[in-house]
Amino acid sequence: MTGSIAAIGMGLAAIGAGIGVGAIGGRAMDAIARQPEALGDIRANMILTAALVEGAALIAIIMAFLVK
Amino acid sequence: MKELRSLVALIPTLLLAVGFPVLLNAQDHQDTHEQNTHGTTVEAYQEGDHEDAEHHACHFHADVHETIYDATSTAYHHISDANVYSIGSFNFPLPCILYTKGHGWDFFSSSKFEFDFFGHGEGRKAYNQYVLDNGAVKRIEDPTFPTDEVALEGFIHQEETTDGETKEVAYACYDGKHYKLLPQSTADAGLFGGGITSFYDFSLSKNVVSMLLITLLLAWGFFSIAKAYKTRDNMAPKGLQSFIEPIFVFVQDEVAKPFLGPKWEKFLPLLLALFFFILGLNLFGQIPFLGGSNVTGNLAVTAVLAIITFVVVTINGNKNYWSHILWMPGVPPIIKVLILTPVEILGMFIKPFTLMLRLFANITAGHIVVLSFVGLIFMFGRLGESTAGAVTGAVVAVPLTMFILAIELLVAFIQAYVFILLTASYIGAATEEAHH
Repeated sequence: MTGSIAAIGMGLAAIGAGIGVGAIGGRAMDAIARQPEALGDIRANMILTAALVEGAALIAIIMAFLVK
Repeated sequence: MKELRSLVALIPTLLLAVGFPVLLNAQDHQDTHEQNTHGTTVEAYQEGDHEDAEHHACHFHADVHETIYDATSTAYHHISDANVYSIGSFNFPLPCILYTKGHGWDFFSSSKFEFDFFGHGEGRKAYNQYVLDNGAVKRIEDPTFPTDEVALEGFIHQEETTDGETKEVAYACYDGKHYKLLPQSTADAGLFGGGITSFYDFSLSKNVVSMLLITLLLAWGFFSIAKAYKTRDNMAPKGLQSFIEPIFVFVQDEVAKPFLGPKWEKFLPLLLALFFFILGLNLFGQIPFLGGSNVTGNLAVTAVLAIITFVVVTINGNKNYWSHILWMPGVPPIIKVLILTPVEILGMFIKPFTLMLRLFANITAGHIVVLSFVGLIFMFGRLGESTAGAVTGAVVAVPLTMFILAIELLVAFIQAYVFILLTASYIGAATEEAHH
């Protein structure tokens, strides 16, 4: 078997970010369905929040690269 | 329906275009096989003792007949910087500008190295004690090494452990002796295995040239648009103007005004400059065969962009911003000293840090995915030995690559947008007036 334990950590971080971004996207879709006129505001905030969640996963991925 | 039929006709053409070079390649390898059928051949030796051959004999990587496709190193070579600008199969050598302490400056063309693999491999010659190894300029520190143009015998890469740290060390072979190679100085303080060494590399590399090209293109575009607004006052926008104006208005109305409050006009030029610079480089990196530069997927470039944001936020931070970082009002002092202030100070640095990583990781990941799918052709085709495998690989890889490239086009826009959106929100948080 090859590879490192860091790769598992990377995968776990991706799962976490996936759940987070999924929840954000889902709720944003709900919100848009309820209030289509607020589309612009919801989209901007959705991308902002998704970017913040993604940041945690990115730090984990870089750490996985560093400690290998 | 007619369009559909012409599209169907396009598919075999595409396959042929992709498959033909692979077929030729396969033919080539077949020939070498026939030549090497007698007993122990060079190839058999390298297949059997690949590890030994790599560690104990001087060789150039280009001379080794590869039997296994190494997807990881191929991908890394393609996303890394080089001292050569390649358009298709034409290589344009770029100037090397190197500085060594006590030795002075050196200016010369990278063609002096006699590079292979489009400048991503090794150079067959050393010049002024500089060599090209793994696509990067390295220096031989040994003063006994001749200073002029010298033909090398090969390179050795081996892992060495010093002070409990294992590092890969490269040696250049000349005249039967091994000379240790020093990598260039980097500003990462050892975080990514670099650090300050005896020489500095200020070369105009592929990434620098792409960056200059995009800057010139943007400058030309924006000066002509600015002129158009002067001469065509109160008229409908035309040409490039009508492409840029919606983007400009989008950044102004959706990013600057909601996040920056009343001071939006002061920071709009910064946001637009960042947006178009990142977008231009993202899109330029998507064009295959045109240099294939990976500028926004380079940690140093995104670090500088993030530092610009950090400096702007820190300089423009008002009293309200600093009081919320250092001494949050309305919270018991013990919590402030133990938790809030350290966390807030860390947050000041984590914000630009994630800004840097997000752009870097997204663009690099996109490039690696594309390269992996293209690599399927070589993996299935076992580096040209199996034509049927290569064709299967091409059938699988071409649609997947096109799909990923389409997504990457979207990502190029989204990442440029997210970068300025977050920059605007950080600046907005720093310049917000207190409302109690």
